[in-house]
Amino acid sequence: MSTHSKLNSKVPEGSIEKKWANRKFENKLVNPANRRKHSVIVVGAGLAGASAAASMGEAGYRVKLFVYHDSPRRAHSIAAQGGINAAKSYQNDGDSVYRLFYDTIKGGDFRSREANVYRLAEVSVNIIDQCVSQGVPFAREYSGYLSNRSFGGSQLQRTFYARGQTGQQLLLGAYGSLMRQMGEKSVEVFPYHEMLDVIVVDGKARGIVVRNLQTGELAVHTADVVVLATGGYGNVFYLSTNAKKSNCTAAWRAYKKGAFFGNPCFTQIHPTCVPVSGDYQSKLTLMSESLRNDGRVWVPKAKGDKRSPKDIPEAERDYYLERIYPAFGNLVPRDVASRSAKMMCDKGHGVGQTGLAVYLDFADAVKRLGKEGVAKKYGNLFEMYEKITGEDPYDVPMRMYPAVHYTMGGLWVDYNLQSTIPGLFVLGEANFSDHGANRLGASALMQGLADGYFVAPFSVANYIGGEKLAAVSPDDAVCKQALADVKGRIEKFMSIKGKQSADSFHRRLGKIMWDHCGMARNEAGLKQAIAEIQKLQAEFWSDLFVPGDSADLNQELEKAGRVADFLELGELMCRDALERAESCGGHFREEFQTPEGEALRNDEQFAHVAAWEFQGEGKVPARHQEALVFDNIHLAQRSYK
Amino acid sequence: MSSQKNLTLHLKVWRQKNSSTPGKLVDYTVEGVNSAASFLEMMDVLNEQLLRKGEEPVAFDHDCREGICGSCAMMINGCAHGDMPKTTTCQLHMRHFNDGDTIVIEPWRARGFPIRKDLVVDRSAFDRIIAAGGYVSTNVGNAPEANSMLVPQHDAEKAMDAAACIGCGACVASCKNASAMLFVSAKVSQMAHLPQGGPERSKRVKSMVAQMDLEKFGACSNTGACEAACPKGIKLSNITLLNRELARAQVKS
Repeated sequence: MSTHSKLNSKVPEGSIEKKWANRKFENKLVNPANRRKHSVIVVGAGLAGASAAASMGEAGYRVKLFVYHDSPRRAHSIAAQGGINAAKSYQNDGDSVYRLFYDTIKGGDFRSREANVYRLAEVSVNIIDQCVSQGVPFAREYSGYLSNRSFGGSQLQRTFYARGQTGQQLLLGAYGSLMRQMGEKSVEVFPYHEMLDVIVVDGKARGIVVRNLQTGELAVHTADVVVLATGGYGNVFYLSTNAKKSNCTAAWRAYKKGAFFGNPCFTQIHPTCVPVSGDYQSKLTLMSESLRNDGRVWVPKAKGDKRSPKDIPEAERDYYLERIYPAFGNLVPRDVASRSAKMMCDKGHGVGQTGLAVYLDFADAVKRLGKEGVAKKYGNLFEMYEKITGEDPYDVPMRMYPAVHYTMGGLWVDYNLQSTIPGLFVLGEANFSDHGANRLGASALMQGLADGYFVAPFSVANYIGGEKLAAVSPDDAVCKQALADVKGRIEKFMSIKGKQSADSFHRRLGKIMWDHCGMARNEAGLKQAIAEIQKLQAEFWSDLFVPGDSADLNQELEKAGRVADFLELGELMCRDALERAESCGGHFREEFQTPEGEALRNDEQFAHVAAWEFQGEGKVPARHQEALVFDNIHLAQRSYK
Repeated sequence: MSSQKNLTLHLKVWRQKNSSTPGKLVDYTVEGVNSAASFLEMMDVLNEQLLRKGEEPVAFDHDCREGICGSCAMMINGCAHGDMPKTTTCQLHMRHFNDGDTIVIEPWRARGFPIRKDLVVDRSAFDRIIAAGGYVSTNVGNAPEANSMLVPQHDAEKAMDAAACIGCGACVASCKNASAMLFVSAKVSQMAHLPQGGPERSKRVKSMVAQMDLEKFGACSNTGACEAACPKGIKLSNITLLNRELARAQVKS
């Protein structure tokens, strides 16, 4: 283990309140007439990518945006339901930028960088202003003022929302701004284009290799700066709440070109998801955390109680979150809620056919608010639940079980969101930066838009203003080599001609990850997982079957590339989980827990970011550390009791 | 969930190599489809089956599989997203089908949505319509304090009703004229219910309608098939509002 000269966090001088202002003042500027001489590539059009591309288009840079969907409006940010946090303090309940900062650091179990988190809290208020000005139809009071609700890990109301479709509305707001720039020709959009490699020239990111998914054509695009906003890697578990196409390929290709990977084992398991019901299942569906505002979580007190929930009297129910965590009750943070659900099921109190579920009950809410009152708040979520399960949650309690939802880990970035490859910036869920070992609800949307609207445009300008960048052409040897490498890899997938589909390997990887690197981890299991994954990798490269032609729309080929990268990332996640011999947030090592079963951190040895450096194919990667310094918030055992 | 069954289904699926090759319906039988599975999970079973035989699977667009991204787009027995009301293809579950059923699966068919392969169509025309004016021209940094602009709750709710559009194109696919009026009207209506973007109101509606015409979508003849097919319950009354906005803009100019 070592620190590394590339791991310079570049946190600005000054008190925590002044750091961002100081950095903005120090940053170099690019005059408006010069901006159009500079080009920026953005990959991904979720909240972070769309907002970054639109903002830099507005600023006057020549922007190219690449998305693998048929339209930039489809990225998985669109599925976020509950809301977005901001320290507006409209409810007069004691909120402030400092409190949002504090809650986020504590929620992340003291494994995030203070300065980044403070900036996130600081710009959160600008995000709401920006979105309202775009016409995002946030929920409002009768007075016409904006409405707020509560979310887990907080004791106040700071979450802004648009019914159960907040992510959709924020994304469509950013997409509108992006389409405006497309119409004005400052942003060129490439739909159906998947990034398959980063091009590094003289140590700097200068372009990408993309495949046109409709025609199979490969091409090189060069620019002064490359911005990755390509989301998280929760699909390494196969079953997750992520969209089917969400993948790690862009980030993983960057890792192999020299970008360090930060805290890969930090995965968020969301407590309220529709439970798995069979082998046919292709994904899991989340039910918004906002439901825990009114729904009460319980299991039968008796083990193996198979009675219908209605037949179990009040006295024989265990509302275990309210019992164990009276201060936060049903609104404890996600990692705590998930682990408690697992614990209850492991002890034999689980419900439903599989015994892997707990109840989320709205009977009290229906009594208090009436069916209409509940419908107004959660109508679309209740409909969705009914469509999937065929059960009516107004009448029967929902059955819920935790599922993989978000990855706090990601490419390591400094305060400027630049990776260890100069000129390669990483935004949103794709970076590791703001959520430590556990993300609080309604904070992912906040981070995506903070990075895209308010941080990246300044950082990119500073980089362009401070670098002398020689011209790079797609005909240069480095670019041609990168293109040839991608072509070779595709030919390899096509030529194996084995018997098994990419999906079948993906399912098997997912099971290994869930069993050994999921909600609970231990040394023996992680070592076993690494061995099993290596075996699976060998089988993949000898028995994969990809039908059809590579010079055509070929969805199996797309999957093959993504699964190949997941197989490698899965191994790295297990290594990271193994090395981190402590429990923190979503990373729960069974060997390290308090007598009550809570996560037991080891701040002396692990108050740092683990940043992994690729060392070459078949070699064990190097683990470096960035020490985390807490100047403002006192390190303490998290308590929600 | 307690009543899971296994279904055998006979499918007639549109197969087409690319835009320039004619396509046709091909018969397949899938067995062992769990009734709790979604329609797309049934398609996954079919595709696994084809792969095991060394054949090319059916290409289709999909992503979130929770009814919000708007990617999935299948004409199921002649209905866009099937005949369950307010349901996308990915949220349609097999418990609504019977053992032994024959199901016909086709792509969206419209001049504005050329077929790329099998069930995949190109919907980039929708992006170009939005780029013509479906936004508020606000740059980052321009925004005033959020609560300085009050919006009556009723208006915010109306705007949200219209903003719920997922851009899937079911409205176009189900319209005999392949008109995109419901899609365009949803965005115009969202903006018309809000004070933001007021100065651009006339320009917005005129530019979006002009772009819609350029993209070869047909005219609206008020049949209402779009409203019936819309998985998000976007109302036909938005089209009335669009026409009013357009008339207003034309009178003003």
